[in-house]
Amino acid sequence: MENLTFTYTVPGDDFTRAGDASSKIKKNLRELGIPPAIIRAVAIAVYEGEINMVIHAKTGGDITVDVNEKQITTVLKDTGCGIPDLTLAMSEGWTTAPDEVRALGFGAGMGLPNMKKYADIFDITSEVGKGTTVTMKFNLA
Amino acid sequence: MITVNNVAELLDGKILAGECNLSEEVHSACGADMMSDVLAFVKDKAVLFTGLMNPQVIRTAEMMDIICIVFVRGKLPGEDVIELANERGVTLIATKLRMFEACGKLYAEFNSAK
Repeated sequence: MENLTFTYTVPGDDFTRAGDASSKIKKNLRELGIPPAIIRAVAIAVYEGEINMVIHAKTGGDITVDVNEKQITTVLKDTGCGIPDLTLAMSEGWTTAPDEVRALGFGAGMGLPNMKKYADIFDITSEVGKGTTVTMKFNLA
Repeated sequence: MITVNNVAELLDGKILAGECNLSEEVHSACGADMMSDVLAFVKDKAVLFTGLMNPQVIRTAEMMDIICIVFVRGKLPGEDVIELANERGVTLIATKLRMFEACGKLYAEFNSAK
């Protein structure tokens, strides 16, 4: 398989469209014939990230998906408020989501730990006031 | 084997969308209103019982390969939710049963089918 790269834009602060990008990613991976269990892992992890972007990055961001024969690499980059304490953000149950987001069924503080669980390699960098970048790799072989 | 159609009959439910999955098998179920928890804990081929009625419920099901959602307590989703479910091939069932009763009935059915 040759190297393929897709980029998807995530609008910030529009909860009704949260999941559009993940849905497209899932469809594209299915068209490439990626095994269903791996597609599911990528879709769940990317959807968690997309929800985070919509909640916390008012200016949105983008998701890049790179596929080669060995792995799928996803990079979720936003220009949001950034995360002051990454260790705290990675702990299960810790959340800063507002009540209106919790009323929609999100913001239980499981997103980042869940993304780490589904990805084979997980990396997060963040700068307060500048934004957050999450890189996840999923092994194909 | 328990199918989506068996779930609808067992709960005296009304099928609102996704009739394409009626003969599909389901392996387990989960009752939750917190989609964050669904994303973190649910296995595939599961039925999702919920009282939450927004499009993100369908999105969550889509990402997790959940083929059937049961809305409990007699609640009915809006047209946008039904439309999205049809588009994504997710079956929607509405039941008048409460969460506790609906989960309990299906749990007993799973146990007796073993």
